[in-house]
Amino acid sequence: MILDDFLVRAALAGIGVALAAAPLGCFVVWRRMAYFGDATAHAAVLGVALSLVLSTSILAGVLVTSLIMATLVSSLSGRGYAMDTLLGVMAHSALALGLVAVSFVSGVRIDLMAYLFGDILAVGKLDLAIIWAGAVIVLGLMRWRWSSLLTATLNSDLACASGIDPGREQWILTLSLAVVVAVALKVVGVLLIAALLIIPAATARPFSRTPESMALLAALFGAGSTTGGLQAAYWLDTPTGPTIVSLAAVLFMLSSLVGQARARRHAQ
Amino acid sequence: MTLLTIENLDVDLGGQPILDNIHLTLGRGEIVTIVGPNGSGKTTLLKTIIGALSPAWGRIRRSPGLVMGYVPQRLHLDATLPMTVDRFMRLPGRHSRAGIDQALESAGAAGLGKLQMSSLSGGQFQRILLARALLGSPDLLILDEATQGLDQQGVIDFYHQLESVRHELGCGVLMVSHELHVVMRTSDRVVCLNRSICCEGTPEGVASSAAYQTLFGQGVPDALAVYHHDHSPRPTLQELAS
Repeated sequence: MILDDFLVRAALAGIGVALAAAPLGCFVVWRRMAYFGDATAHAAVLGVALSLVLSTSILAGVLVTSLIMATLVSSLSGRGYAMDTLLGVMAHSALALGLVAVSFVSGVRIDLMAYLFGDILAVGKLDLAIIWAGAVIVLGLMRWRWSSLLTATLNSDLACASGIDPGREQWILTLSLAVVVAVALKVVGVLLIAALLIIPAATARPFSRTPESMALLAALFGAGSTTGGLQAAYWLDTPTGPTIVSLAAVLFMLSSLVGQARARRHAQ
Repeated sequence: MTLLTIENLDVDLGGQPILDNIHLTLGRGEIVTIVGPNGSGKTTLLKTIIGALSPAWGRIRRSPGLVMGYVPQRLHLDATLPMTVDRFMRLPGRHSRAGIDQALESAGAAGLGKLQMSSLSGGQFQRILLARALLGSPDLLILDEATQGLDQQGVIDFYHQLESVRHELGCGVLMVSHELHVVMRTSDRVVCLNRSICCEGTPEGVASSAAYQTLFGQGVPDALAVYHHDHSPRPTLQELAS
């Protein structure tokens, strides 16, 4: 069976995560939530540690801590601290706490690097099923709420006047973010999840005229980076997660060069 | 027909009372303008009406099935968000091509559909906001300083457009404005707000009331006289308000 090949499983896992991350990543960029994505991802280390201590499934642990983190940040914002200060405190505290908690787990039988940088080549059939289930859930949520999410992103008062509750839309994004973090953990690891959200969306921006085309292009760039990065890592014998993100960064640089050249031609 | 009834409305923001005991009704085909100094609660009142803020006390009754069109005070569009005018018009609802063209036409923005929102001038942007508010034939148009950032001619054109829209749709209009001279000419009723309603009535009545004079000072009618100088050499308040 074709899924018996670990490289095929890895490619499919990468594509699944890239597809889910693309529309969500666009919202992260439009709403300036990059740090928010970071904080949610960093909380995942704490989730890994807690699920090892409590011997529950890692997926559940990560999902719960990421959700708690995102909810905490949402509810604490606007209470005396600027959002970026708050997120800077929370993201790194969660990461540090998680690393400390992991060290308490008896017998260092977990490979911490696999959670920090991902281990896409070790994706099993069950992992693949979980990743695609998560991707389908997130893509479904995005499709269902797309118009409302966009309106709320544009202006919360405009959304209210159209009968949309901006708070509910924010919550849907938070939930989707937690799901993406949980399923992307295996692919790129907590330190690089935010990159997979933001870089493809930013790469798509210069070529897009509508929000929809930006999300589609981001999916394309994301899937291209994961499969291309996988291939490159195989040839160069480099760590897979960081290679994927490096390739995405190269695409971003090319895209911004093209964008600038166009802007200059436009200005003349 | 009454579109909106506000009774005993109090609104607090962060523990501070912003609005106190507001009573207001608005009917179909009526243009009501809220005037008041900065920080008097004008925007808060509009936000409470559209449901973005909740009252601390009192209630707002909207006629059943009321469709509201809202033009916000300022709309910041993040540079990372690509958006054509046509796409913006279809947020969040679906509308036919003909409906969108009609709304753009009514707002004086015909032919702008293919442009990026970020490339519009200030005046064009405001017209697009008005056009979007007109989609779905609202019963009630709510405008929060919709002419901010427009030059004098732009302001005059905008209110002309608004008048013709009101006749076309027969909707009620509730707006906040700083352009006292235009407000006085286009409104059926003026509400003077300073945390609570300090006077209310026809533009003539409000302009000559003591409460209005205290809030806006004596300088305002003079400013109007200068502004209307080219129309008539020495306008009276009545003429200004007609």
